[in-house]
Amino acid sequence: MTVSLVLLIVMAVMYASGVFLLLERSMTRVLLGFLLIGNATNLLILIMGGEAGFAPIVGGDVSSEEMSDPLPQALILTAIVITFAVSAFLMALIYRSWRIAKDDNVSDDADDVAMRDFASGVESENTASASADTEFGIRAEAAVSQARDLEREDERAAAEAADSAVAASDDTNADNHTGEEKR
Amino acid sequence: MNALVPLVVMIPLLGAATALIFGKRPRLQRLVTLIVLSIVLVIGAIMLVVVDGGEPLMMEVGGWSAPFGIVLIVDRLSALMVVVSAAVLLAVLLFSVGQGLADGDDETPVSIYYPTYLILATGVFNAFIAGDLFNLYVGFEILLVASYVLITLGGTEARIRAGVTYIVVSLLSSMLFLGSIAMIYGAVGTVNIAQISQRMGDIPVDVQIMLHAMLLVAFGIKAAVFPLSFWLPDSYPTAPAPVTAVFAGLLTKVGVYAIIRTETVIFPGPELNPVLMVVALLTMVVGALGAVAQADIKRLLSFTLVSHIGYMILGVALGTAAGTSAAIFYVVHHIIVQTTLFLAAGLIERKGGSTSINELGGLLKASPLIAVLFFIPALNLGGIPPFSGFIGKLALFEASAEQGTALSYLLIGAGAFVSLLTLYALMRVWNMAFWRPAADVADYESPMLTNVSEAPNAPAMQQTRTIPKLMVTATAGMVVLSVALTVFAGPLFSLSSRAGENLEGPSTYVDIVFPQEER
Repeated sequence: MTVSLVLLIVMAVMYASGVFLLLERSMTRVLLGFLLIGNATNLLILIMGGEAGFAPIVGGDVSSEEMSDPLPQALILTAIVITFAVSAFLMALIYRSWRIAKDDNVSDDADDVAMRDFASGVESENTASASADTEFGIRAEAAVSQARDLEREDERAAAEAADSAVAASDDTNADNHTGEEKR
Repeated sequence: MNALVPLVVMIPLLGAATALIFGKRPRLQRLVTLIVLSIVLVIGAIMLVVVDGGEPLMMEVGGWSAPFGIVLIVDRLSALMVVVSAAVLLAVLLFSVGQGLADGDDETPVSIYYPTYLILATGVFNAFIAGDLFNLYVGFEILLVASYVLITLGGTEARIRAGVTYIVVSLLSSMLFLGSIAMIYGAVGTVNIAQISQRMGDIPVDVQIMLHAMLLVAFGIKAAVFPLSFWLPDSYPTAPAPVTAVFAGLLTKVGVYAIIRTETVIFPGPELNPVLMVVALLTMVVGALGAVAQADIKRLLSFTLVSHIGYMILGVALGTAAGTSAAIFYVVHHIIVQTTLFLAAGLIERKGGSTSINELGGLLKASPLIAVLFFIPALNLGGIPPFSGFIGKLALFEASAEQGTALSYLLIGAGAFVSLLTLYALMRVWNMAFWRPAADVADYESPMLTNVSEAPNAPAMQQTRTIPKLMVTATAGMVVLSVALTVFAGPLFSLSSRAGENLEGPSTYVDIVFPQEER
């Protein structure tokens, strides 16, 4: 099997940059890294299909040896669709995370940090560096703090309504759940 | 009978579409979801009976014959997995219906919850019946995308943080899987599992080992095998209780199923078995040690989940029919028991308002029923005789003693030790949350609590909420099912033995796809 060197180099560079981006804290970069790795994998499948040839249409005047292998291309199409759907979901997630936490960083798990401090016997303040690494830096925070945070407002309104409801039915006791969970 | 095979995938998928159409009518959605999963359970049971009669089912999708078209295959292992997962999905569905009815659906936004749940089921079933490596990848992707939605349900800050870890790790494993499919195609020129198995012998052994290792890493991330298991305890506990339960029960087991197929059909050679055994040892021990250090019940259960994956890997790594049978039995047992424990943890959370053993107390008095529903699966998971956990572990230990190497004896010792640690962790939950009087919770001093860690800014005590009957009934149903595994352990074990014997060497599987071929 002969392999096109150009494709191989392009694939390697895409994998390398993709892995580099995937290891970043910023979720936007993680998304870009995922896209690069996804496309590099598609190239890998293409390379595995062997030499390029003519369109694989049976019944024409092309002999089957000269056709390119159609199966990898079918696989790539499926993979592209999946990557597309997942990146759409990731973008929605990044947007949501940006609205809630005002940055798109992947933060440390609170329990893991607690375990680390517990093991080393140090009481450190966890979760340093709020938005230093985001694409938008401090501007992101400014933009969000000026924007109306609809979810928070809804929650606040719901909490107030719930509070007044509880106050009204104070004596009708315990198990009435308000549906509002303390977060 | 072969026509039943694709229905297992088609019905949930169509059901998901139907449920999505009725997004504004939650009652109809619930009904559709319930009916769909019940039908799949019935179909799975019929398939299991037929397949166990000795006639494996095979469907060539679109009428294209085997190496060219996509094949769906149901042998004993697939049928058993389909039945068990359909039962678990149904029970968890009832649990979440109960929860949704009680909470006015703010934990589980109805309009997307049920369709997503059915798509998750589609992916799980598709992975179990795929006879084609790329179709297995598609099955994985279907269930993963659905799980991304379910784990970030509601979009709160904690869930998004946990979801990001889960999603990025899963994406990486999918890309590794896809990459290894490409490599395997490059090496043997096919993605049909049976044909790969036929041709793999012609490939040089070193190339085989590399392809094998790539596949195992990809599946190992999904199954949460030790060095690749870090993501699981970080991401599972924050999801809603029913979602965590179904993830814990099924998603990692799909990874284990893929590993069983890889080890028995695609790469039956023993080259990587010692590596797998060491990995199994580390998974068991590290997971159990993690569980011992946790104060949060859901997190603790996530760690026991990781540690018990080690037992299944041990069975697979032995590379004998006895080992594979024991692993299959253990998978069935663990799907049901782990799901039950997570459901019980969901009940504890509602009753006690927290899942931290530092905060809980007096639950035995407050709700004896929940106590029973937690106690039975806890003993079962810890491997106390006569429960199925004990039977599964015993079978695994027997299979490894049969092999008789130093490493396999070491694994037996580690397995016994880990089951004690599991028991210790779960009994600590029992002592603190159920036996300790509620009045003693503040300033409670106990050597049992000195060595647990918990995040300082963990969610505070929540309001305790009423527990609808349906949630208790669903959990009780799962407990009954887990006890039934013990009562009917004989027939089940002989079934898993037959499944394991089918997987001794790839020839049985290959014969399903290429029946006439002289081998």
